[in-house]
Amino acid sequence: MKANGLIRTVYGNYWSVAILALILLVLFPLSMDIFRLNLVGKYLTYGFVAIGLVMLWGYAGVLSLGQGVFFGLGGYAMAMFLKLEASDPVSTAIQSTPGIPDFMDWNQLTALPWWWQPFHSLPFALFAVIAVPSLLALIISFAMFKRRVGGVYFAIITQAVALILSVLIIGQQGFTGGVNGITDLKTLLGWDIRSDSARYVLYFANAALLLGAIVLCRLIQQSKLGTLLLAMRDKEDRVRFSGYDVAMFKVFTFCLAAALSAIGGAMFALQVGFMSPSFVGIVPSIEMVIFAAIGGRMSLVGAIYGTLLVNFGKTYFSESFPDLWLFLMAALFIGVVMAFPNGLAGLYESHVKPWLAARRSKATKAAARVAPTAPTHRPTAPASPAAAAGELGLAGKISSQIA
Amino acid sequence: MSKNQHCSFKRRSFMIGAAALPLMLAMPLAAHAAPPATAAVNTTKLAVTDTEVTVGQLHSATGTMAISETGSIQAEQLAIDQINALGGVLGRKIKVIKEDGASDWPTFAEKSKKLLVNDRVAAVFGCWTSASRKAVLPIFEKENGMLYYPTFYEGLEQSKNVIYTGQEATQQILYGLDWAAKEKKAKTYFLIGSDYIWPRTSNKIARKHIENVIKGKVVGEEYYPLGQTNFNSLINKIKVAKPDAIYAIVVGGSNVAFYKQLKAAGITGDKQFLLTISVTEDEMLGIGGENTVGFYAAMKYFQSLDNPNNKKFVEAFKAKYGKNAVIGDVTQAAYLGPWLWKASVEKAGSFDIDKVAAASGGIEFKDAPEGYVKIHPNHHLWSKTRIGQMQSDGQFKVVTESPGLIEPNPFPKGYQ
Repeated sequence: MKANGLIRTVYGNYWSVAILALILLVLFPLSMDIFRLNLVGKYLTYGFVAIGLVMLWGYAGVLSLGQGVFFGLGGYAMAMFLKLEASDPVSTAIQSTPGIPDFMDWNQLTALPWWWQPFHSLPFALFAVIAVPSLLALIISFAMFKRRVGGVYFAIITQAVALILSVLIIGQQGFTGGVNGITDLKTLLGWDIRSDSARYVLYFANAALLLGAIVLCRLIQQSKLGTLLLAMRDKEDRVRFSGYDVAMFKVFTFCLAAALSAIGGAMFALQVGFMSPSFVGIVPSIEMVIFAAIGGRMSLVGAIYGTLLVNFGKTYFSESFPDLWLFLMAALFIGVVMAFPNGLAGLYESHVKPWLAARRSKATKAAARVAPTAPTHRPTAPASPAAAAGELGLAGKISSQIA
Repeated sequence: MSKNQHCSFKRRSFMIGAAALPLMLAMPLAAHAAPPATAAVNTTKLAVTDTEVTVGQLHSATGTMAISETGSIQAEQLAIDQINALGGVLGRKIKVIKEDGASDWPTFAEKSKKLLVNDRVAAVFGCWTSASRKAVLPIFEKENGMLYYPTFYEGLEQSKNVIYTGQEATQQILYGLDWAAKEKKAKTYFLIGSDYIWPRTSNKIARKHIENVIKGKVVGEEYYPLGQTNFNSLINKIKVAKPDAIYAIVVGGSNVAFYKQLKAAGITGDKQFLLTISVTEDEMLGIGGENTVGFYAAMKYFQSLDNPNNKKFVEAFKAKYGKNAVIGDVTQAAYLGPWLWKASVEKAGSFDIDKVAAASGGIEFKDAPEGYVKIHPNHHLWSKTRIGQMQSDGQFKVVTESPGLIEPNPFPKGYQ
C-alpha cells in the first residue's frame, strides 16, 4: 500500500519535473547549437539560486536579497582551483614570479597566500564550494534567527552582507583579482573546459545536478519539514508555541539555499570560464529574486522556467534591440507582476490547470454540473484576476504545495 | 633589457613577415580592379559575402560605463561610415552588428562569444574597461577573433587577437613625469588612484620612475574605491605632505567630487601642480572646467590638437553628433580601430584573422587625428604623448608633446 502511494505520489508530483527534464536534456540539446546551449547552461546555474529561493522565500517565508554572496563564493572556490591549474610556472613564465595567478603578479605579490594553497586540490575545492558558503550562511542566519530578526530586517542585512563581500573582493585585488575577477580559466585536471565537447558534458552535468536538486527540494517539501516550513511562514508563533524551534528550521533552509546557490556558482565558473565580483553585489542578488518571482516563488519547476524566460528575454532583447532592451525587460517584469502576481506557476495554476481539468471532466462526461464555471474561456479573457485569485484561494494554496 | 626585448620583437616581426610571404605569392591578383573573390579573401568562414563584410561593435550602451563608452561607439560608427563612403574594405561594405555589454563583464563575455561564434564577425571594435577586456580576452583567443581595444590601459598584456589602439601605461606615464621633473621642477609626488588594476599598475610604474629615474620622492600613495565621493581625509594628507606634484588617476564619477573638493580646499591650478592621466574632455563635461583650470593631463590626443587631420575629424564628428559633442582621448583611439583594421586587411589581402593579425605589425595610419600612428609588432601603437592644460571651457591647451613617437612597451622591465 505504501509503495502504491509512493508510485502515485511520484506519478502525481513528478511529471512536471519529468517534462522539465525532457526539455533540458532532449529538446534543448537537439534544437540548439553549442553556443546557445552553453548560454542555457549559464542560465541554469542561476536556476540553482532560484530554487534555493523557492525553498527559502516561498516556503520558509524568509526573503534574502543576498543570494549572490553564496553564488559568488561557490564560484570563487571553483575559480581558485581552476586558476591555480592555469597558472603553472611554464605558462606564466613571463611574470616576475612565475607560478602564481597573473593578477597576483600584477599586484606585486611574490608568493601564493596560504589560504590559496589548499585550492591546489580538487577535492578540497569541491568541498569548499559547499562548505564555505554554508558556513557563512550558518553564521549569519544563526545570529539573526536566534535573535528573531526576520522579515524586511533580515532582507536588509543580507543586502549589507552582499555589499560588504563585494567591497572586500574588489578591495583585496591582490588576493581576489579585484573588479576584473578571476579570468582565463582553461582546464579542469587537464581537461580543456573551453572545447565544444567539454561544454556539452558540462551542460548535461549541470542540468542533471539541477534536476537532482529539484527532486531533493521536492522531497523536503513533501516531508514533515516542508509542512512545518509552510506553517511557519503562515503563522510563525503558532509553530513556536507548538514546541518547535523555529529558528533552526530557518537556519537549515537558509543554509540549504546557500549550498544550492554555491553549486550554481561553481557550475557557472566551469561553464563560463571566469568569475567576477559582479555576481556578488546587490543588483545580481535582487535579479535572482526576480527570477524566482517571475517563475512563481512557490514552484521549483516554475522558478527554472522563470530563470530561463528572463535570461532568454535578456539575451534576445539585447541582441535584437540593443538600444531598447532595458525598457523591454522592465516591461516584462512589470507585465508579469501585474498580470500574474504568482508568476508563471501561478498562471498555470489559475488558467491551465482548470482548463485541463475541465477537458478531462468533459472527456469522461462525468460531471457536467461542475463545468459551468467555464474555465475554458479564461485564458483569452483574464478579466477579473481578483475574482480568479479569490476563487483559487484555498485550492491554489494546497495545490501549489505540490506543484 | 629594453634592447633585448626590442630585438626579440624584430625577430618576431621578421618571422611573421616570412610566414606571410608565401601567402602574398599565392595571391598575386588580389590588389587590382574588381573586388577579389570571396573564396580567396575568406577561407575561415567569416561573415563575408561578395558585397558585405560583417563586424561587431561591443560597448556598454547602458549601465554606469555608458557615459564613457558612448564616445567610442560614435567614433567607431563614424569611421565605418567614412570607410563605406570610400567603397568599403576589399570592395565590401562594412555591416555592423551592435551588442550591448551593459557595463557587466559576464555580459561582455556572452556577447563576444555570440559575435564570434554565431555571427562570425571579421573584427570586433569594443570594450572600454580592463575588466571587460579581461573577460573577453580568453574568448577572442579561443575562437580566434580580432578585437580593437581603444582605451589607455595598464599594459602587462599582449595578444595576437587584440590591437590596442590606446596607449599602454609606460607611454602615457613616463613622458609626463619627465616633463614634470624637468619643466615643473617637481621633486616630491603624491600618487592618488581609484582602487583597481589600472591606477595601481600605473602608480607602480610611476613610483619606480620617480624613485629610480627622476630621483624624486613619493610622499604619499592613496587609493579609494570606485565611486568614492568624499576626499576630505585625502586632502588633509595632501596639505600635510605638501607635494610638488599631485599625480592623480581617479576615474569616473569620483572625479567630479575629487576636483570640486580640491578647489573648495584651496588647492587650485595656480598654486598646486597636478598631473592626471585619467581626465579627458569627456570627464571635463562632468567636472566643469572652472574647477580644474590650470591642472595638467598627459594624453596622446586632445580635441584642441592643431593639425589638418584633426580639424577634419572634429568637423565630421560634430556634423554627425551635434555641435556640443566633445572628443576625448579614447574616442579618438576608437576612431582609429576601423581604419587600422581596413589597412591591415588590405595589406593581408584577406579577412582571415591569422593573416590580418600577421599583417598588423607595421601598419601606418597617416590620417589619424592624433597625427600619425603605426602598429608595433606587439600590437600596440607607436604614438606621441602630449601634455594639455585644462581650460575653463572644458578643453585642453596643448603645452608640449613628445618629440617623437613613443615605443609601446607593455612589459616594461624594471617597472614590475
